[in-house]
Amino acid sequence: MREGCMARVMSKRVEGQFIPISLTVNGTLREIEVEPHELLLDVVRDRLGLTGVKRSCDVQVCGACTLLLDGRPVSSCTLLAFEARGREVLTIEGLAQNGKLHPLQETFIEHGGLQCGFCTPGMILTAKTLLDENPDPTKEEIIQFMQGNICRCTGYKKIIESIVAAGKKMKSSPAA
Amino acid sequence: MLKRFRLEEPESVKDASDLLARYGESAKVYAGGTELLLAMKEGLIHYERLVNIKKIQNLDQVKQNDGVIHMGALSTHRKLACSPLLEQRLPAFVQMEQNVANIRVREVGTIGGNLSFAEPHADPGTLLLVLGAKLIAEKTSTRREIPMEKFFVDAYETCLEADEILTGIEVPLAPARSGVAYLKFGYLERPSVGVALFLALDGAGKSVTDARIAVGCAGPTPKRVEEAEGLLKRKSLDEAAQGIGRAGEVAGHASQAISDLHGSQDYKEHIVQVLLKRAFLQACGQSRSGGKGEGRLHG
Repeated sequence: MREGCMARVMSKRVEGQFIPISLTVNGTLREIEVEPHELLLDVVRDRLGLTGVKRSCDVQVCGACTLLLDGRPVSSCTLLAFEARGREVLTIEGLAQNGKLHPLQETFIEHGGLQCGFCTPGMILTAKTLLDENPDPTKEEIIQFMQGNICRCTGYKKIIESIVAAGKKMKSSPAA
Repeated sequence: MLKRFRLEEPESVKDASDLLARYGESAKVYAGGTELLLAMKEGLIHYERLVNIKKIQNLDQVKQNDGVIHMGALSTHRKLACSPLLEQRLPAFVQMEQNVANIRVREVGTIGGNLSFAEPHADPGTLLLVLGAKLIAEKTSTRREIPMEKFFVDAYETCLEADEILTGIEVPLAPARSGVAYLKFGYLERPSVGVALFLALDGAGKSVTDARIAVGCAGPTPKRVEEAEGLLKRKSLDEAAQGIGRAGEVAGHASQAISDLHGSQDYKEHIVQVLLKRAFLQACGQSRSGGKGEGRLHG
């Protein structure tokens, strides 16, 4: 990294640039303007008011800021908001349908898959991606898939149990 | 927090290169952003402009032409990890990609960005070194091929010119009776040590006709270790098996390991030796079972 030139660059003020984007957030079309440097996490939390997604490590390691973009997990702490243009964002707030919790939400409660709950939105969204592509994962497949989601309260046993149970529930009633 | 910057979104390599030439060191190529944005958020670097190259068409293809696999620089780690072509032709590469960082980084991060950012604790560069890969770099009117050995200059530094864009990676198919293994060890998110080995055996599967060894993560850049390769090449398989410990020692020293939070220098050098032995067993297993780049990597 060339430090000399960075200092020179930093002394300049960059003019604001506004990018109009439309995106679907939890099934609702939203049209907003974002600046290039705005992070998806900040836009979703501060501008759209969906605070289930958390800032924690801020370096894509812990998974607390996980959102689903077109069904795939991303670290919203390190994703520029404009990247969500034309795409579907799903947050934990969008998971329950017509007041009924998603099977993963139910089983995390039933199996005690959470303590403080800070990592839980990210855990559940990542697990949703897994179960959508593989409804009957082995314990090893769950561990590999969920490796990037960290819980600091306790171990992962109950989280894994919750995911296994949700897979079974989703298979027995696929409409859920 | 990120400082404000402007975004450019060219739709061709030529336009992207023109922008980089015009704005010089105040602009930087942006693809997945998984490395660049981290450094910018920390305030370690700042650019007035980011040039998003993801609107350029056809830079994310994975295909085979004759005996060469071509990976577009904008291929995400996930795309490479899920590629049926790579699964068939370069299984060791797929295995490596399946274990890059975590699922979210693999979703967004690109192979081209990974190589161009030259973060020392990265996996692909080390493996590409033993696969005999070439990198394709383009700018407004020129295109050149860079042998993998020449690409990394130092930590966070490559031989790419400021207005040059890495557009693809080309990997020749492995010959019959060959094996490839990449193994890494780390206890943090990023690996402490990565070791790659390519091994080719003769028709009878009795002696080593070619060997390439590379070590990464431990020092500033991934490195080929030809001195260690010499201990395996043109040896019978038994002789090579006896020499692999010494080759690991040589590779450990050559890795330019530094003591940091990923481990002490001694420790990393030791791990190089351990991983190289394991890689040798894996690569031997593949080459004996027929090779042709189709042997599966176990472990």
